[in-house]
Amino acid sequence: MVKEDCRTEAMDNNRIDQIIEKYNCEASSLIQVLLEVQSENRWLPKQVLERISERLQVPLARIQHIATFYKAFSLVPKGRHEIHICMGTACHVRGAQLVLDKVQDLTGINPGETDLDLKFSLETVNCLGCCALGPVMEIDGQIHGKISPAETADALKKYD
Amino acid sequence: MPRINSPAELEEIRKELLSQRDPDKRTITLCSGSACHATGSRLVAESIEEEIKKQGLIDQVDIRKTGCHGFCERGPIIVIHPDEICYLQIKPEDVPEIISETIKENRIIERLLYTDPATEEEIIHEHEIPFYKNQQRLLFGANITIDPKSIEDYLAIGGYSALVKVLFEMNPEQVLEEIKKSNLRGRGGGGFPAGIKWEGSRNAPDDKKYVIVNADEGDPGAYMDRSLLEGNPHSVLEGLAIGAYTIGAEEGYIYVRQEYPLAVENIGIAIRQAEEYGFLGDNILGSGFNFKVIVHQGAGAFVCGESSALMTALEGRAGEPRPKYIRSNIKGLWEKPTVLNNVETWANVPLIINNGADWFTQYGTEKSKGTKIFSLVGKINNTGLVEVAMGMTLRDIIFKIGGGIPGGKEFKAVQTGGPSGGCLPGDSLDLKVGFDELTQAGSMMGSGGMIIMDEDTCMVDVARYFLNFLTDESCGKCVPCREGVKQMLKILTNITQGKGKEGDIELLEELAEVAREGALCALGQTAPNPFISTLKYFKDEYEAHIKEKKCPALYCKELIEYYIDPEKCRACMICLKQCPADAIIGEKKKIHIIDQEKCTKCNTCFEVCPSRFSAVKKISGEPVPPPISEEERIITRGSN
Repeated sequence: MVKEDCRTEAMDNNRIDQIIEKYNCEASSLIQVLLEVQSENRWLPKQVLERISERLQVPLARIQHIATFYKAFSLVPKGRHEIHICMGTACHVRGAQLVLDKVQDLTGINPGETDLDLKFSLETVNCLGCCALGPVMEIDGQIHGKISPAETADALKKYD
Repeated sequence: MPRINSPAELEEIRKELLSQRDPDKRTITLCSGSACHATGSRLVAESIEEEIKKQGLIDQVDIRKTGCHGFCERGPIIVIHPDEICYLQIKPEDVPEIISETIKENRIIERLLYTDPATEEEIIHEHEIPFYKNQQRLLFGANITIDPKSIEDYLAIGGYSALVKVLFEMNPEQVLEEIKKSNLRGRGGGGFPAGIKWEGSRNAPDDKKYVIVNADEGDPGAYMDRSLLEGNPHSVLEGLAIGAYTIGAEEGYIYVRQEYPLAVENIGIAIRQAEEYGFLGDNILGSGFNFKVIVHQGAGAFVCGESSALMTALEGRAGEPRPKYIRSNIKGLWEKPTVLNNVETWANVPLIINNGADWFTQYGTEKSKGTKIFSLVGKINNTGLVEVAMGMTLRDIIFKIGGGIPGGKEFKAVQTGGPSGGCLPGDSLDLKVGFDELTQAGSMMGSGGMIIMDEDTCMVDVARYFLNFLTDESCGKCVPCREGVKQMLKILTNITQGKGKEGDIELLEELAEVAREGALCALGQTAPNPFISTLKYFKDEYEAHIKEKKCPALYCKELIEYYIDPEKCRACMICLKQCPADAIIGEKKKIHIIDQEKCTKCNTCFEVCPSRFSAVKKISGEPVPPPISEEERIITRGSN
């Protein structure tokens, strides 16, 4: 069962058009348009990319090139809770790999994936800039700093 | 706020602002940069506002949410002016006491002060704390006094006076000469003289030119630019406007990574305010100079920090670099002359104009002038952002300012320059930081990331880590990087997994040369650096991994085993209960044993074994001792 706030359906065409018009329908604003759509819809369904292609007069292939080139974009639905594990150098030397291994174990998914319940999405990120708190796990924007692998289970239990 | 139309009007406004501000009025400044947000400064801010209201002090006490103070290890930080009392690691629960004791009764709360770990002395004033005392905060100093969302705070400290000087007292050639004389070199990693770059664009025969702020700060572990952009966005705008005037540009872009939402927000506010006041837009301050600034967000690609890739991304395409037959200061964005500089480089410009190139050149070494902001992170006690004059030794930065290595561990290496840089060992600690000095030693300045590593860091894994990062971030356009760096990663991964063989190092060296000579951009050309520098200084670790299948730092999972020392184990059952793989066999009073078949090497037992026992050991390169007999495992009362 998919919960309603997960948005696996495509974004409304009117809303997409509004965003595009904000940038004067200029093809060079493609990345900025995609960023706004991604931020609201949390992922980029194919129908949305087709609409953008039509309105900005940019070939769909090029949009797909951009959407797969940049990490900010997701072509798969995201879970209700996004887990980001920082793998920046400072966190790495403080043991981030062990934290990641543990979280992969607990959630059953690898970075870039969403679990079948659409509960968790897991991503690695390259530096959240909170190096004093390393290793860092961020869930839904909340930072869990100086986290050890043993503590991740308790942290994840708080989310449903 | 009506638009300011002349320098005279600006001075009037500045005078008025200063007259409204009482320097003796009690002000609480709270660090509200992103790193402190992560430690809860927002809640502290709310608590302060609430408590001030509750205790009826709204008219007597000002609150100012400033940008990053730099001492990130001890955040949230507040400084109470005018006495400059500095309290560290504040929690919302501390606030009522701070208000009633310090604000109302002038009493210091000792437990919130900085205590010198060596002398146990408690230090009250921020600038006396060793972390700050040894720095030269020419750029960062302003962060602790201004609210980045307030242009008035910036004006009150003399902001935009450099722009006025440039527009009304200097012509573009004079500005160019001053920047050249200062020998300001790019702070983003290239270290190229800014004056020469600007001169190229100024002389390029084109009527449309651009200036760009590179705020894509992609090096993991580096967040200096974020803190400058969050904490003092107007200084960057002012520098950018001066650059635009010098080369003849009327349009500027700020390319900021979308992973920096607070920086995006603050620079957006700053631009709107600057436009409202007349520091941006048409006929700035009545000078006839027009300049507008547009913010463009990145979308998560490290390679877009490279200048030609950044410009491609600004044009709405995938950020792929191009060969530099013609440099971008001649043909850059939309094929027009473009000056692209790093955030910190731009922020230095108003300082140089206001104080003069001679003032600037008194700081630093012969070829590296001024200061540099470093992010001191990793295995270090005082994690944070430090600004020092070029020429300070690595030893002073790491030990005097950084407070040394936590946990009593031994320093092993300092990594500078991000994925393009290298690792320098203990023998290099007396090196003076500067562009050329670091490059000659086998690393580079880079954007300023300084990652400290200790005896528990595996240097082969560090090389693998960076190559993994670069393989992921490679744009894929050229073969030496796309294929070569990937192959280097495969070989290094094999080495860390115990599958290394004779000839691997030679093959890696060959691939490194191909990438260095043949890659299209600096990402590929410098990708071998972490491997080359770790091989140079830590060859013994490579040989141990390959020949003995041993990881001397006891890090690489496939090369280590966990073992419980029967002489130390007291059978407390803590590790047994926490082991996620149920791999520990034992009971109360029966010494625990790890079942090597089940062990997933998650490190939990190592972490949770009480320090008074420290019974869990990591072994590498030798067989695990066989388990002791059943009878020997039983702990009888009084036995050792």
